[in-house]
Amino acid sequence: MKPAPVSYHRASSVSDAVDLLTTLGEESKVIAGGQSLVPMMSFRLARPEHLVDITRIPGLDSIELADDELTIGALATHQAVLESPVVRHSAGHGLIARTMRHVGHLPIRTRGTVGGSIAHADGSAEWPLLAVLFGARVVAEGVAGEREVPAEELFFGLYTTCLEPDEIVTRVIFPPAKGATGFAEYGLRHGDFALAAAGVVLPSAVGATDARVVVSGAAPAPTRLPATEAAVAAGASDEALRQSVMADLDELEVDDDYQRDLVTGMVIKAVKEARTR
Amino acid sequence: MSERHLIELQVNGEPHELLVEARETLVDVLRHRVGATGTHVACEHGICGACTVLIDGEPARSCLVLGVMADGHEIRTVESLADESGLNDLQEAFTACHSLQCGFCTPGMLMLAEGGIPHLEDTSREEVRELVSANLCRCTGYETIVDAVEQVAQQRRSEDPTVTEGASA
Repeated sequence: MKPAPVSYHRASSVSDAVDLLTTLGEESKVIAGGQSLVPMMSFRLARPEHLVDITRIPGLDSIELADDELTIGALATHQAVLESPVVRHSAGHGLIARTMRHVGHLPIRTRGTVGGSIAHADGSAEWPLLAVLFGARVVAEGVAGEREVPAEELFFGLYTTCLEPDEIVTRVIFPPAKGATGFAEYGLRHGDFALAAAGVVLPSAVGATDARVVVSGAAPAPTRLPATEAAVAAGASDEALRQSVMADLDELEVDDDYQRDLVTGMVIKAVKEARTR
Repeated sequence: MSERHLIELQVNGEPHELLVEARETLVDVLRHRVGATGTHVACEHGICGACTVLIDGEPARSCLVLGVMADGHEIRTVESLADESGLNDLQEAFTACHSLQCGFCTPGMLMLAEGGIPHLEDTSREEVRELVSANLCRCTGYETIVDAVEQVAQQRRSEDPTVTEGASA
């Protein structure tokens, strides 16, 4: 239950971190809040040879709203987002602050970072789901320079992203939700990893087709449910929603009845929250 | 691979210069190198909260932080709560409310409350329960811990009503 020996490197800037990752090679790992990586190292599920500490890089923890888009620096903690007046009072981003209550507990939220959660890509975590729900753009910097990756293309599956080994997530840009929003998740205990979760954005106007429904618990990565999005846009009843989620889950080949019921329940709950806001 | 790093830690107001291995977690640094054994270590993977300390005033699980990454930061452990005049209000409330039996979780519970109370928005029982749910206790059934934390949270808030952002905003 103790991490294996590892060497430690402290990056002073993003380019310094990229240089370190490139020099040290694929057995190196970026560490920020460490709330996922350290326990994995203690279990020896992860056994990196080198750690590149990015927490001393200045300016990576900012939370800013410009042109209605919310930019969250990779080192911003979950608790900083939860308590951020900028996030709470932004009409199109309030859901992000509300959802932070579901991320672990206070002592986890004070350390864990947004960039870390995105890069770690736990399929049951809240940040990957939020990123896909909002159509966020993840900004990564590597040897080849900086690029923006749409969240929907970032997550490949369980703990897997399309980021290169030399790339570091530096910030995440969230466009505003155009309609009312809701989020629901189910875990065995508060703060546990969710067994299923759903995020919903209602259509921006009556008759608009831009509703979004993203769930975790149906696939290794957060997944949009197209039939359910159409149903939400059409103002479907709970029963009609249930049928549309089932159709989407058939398509995703989710055959576990318990998991299907959980996902359906969370979608209905999230839609209800959005409709009553 | 057993490289060591020289770090500076403020522990309960005292500066320490320590040689640590990169793989050492903060709780091991505190217990083995500083000798501050009030902080308990149990699950070592961030589930139980027994090792909760304050890092720059914020509650954190010291088994999930590498000691080398705490370099230059201020750490507070359970040893910082009491002073010459006696136990602090949280410790008194834990005693009065019978908030411990075996006592193993108590240092972590106390530091969780010490650092968590300023984050409470309305000090309601529900909110205190959510805070306490961060840590495990296998004896008390939690009710008496919630009693003590709720009591102290409301007492401290009435003495210093800091304005916090509303959760429903």
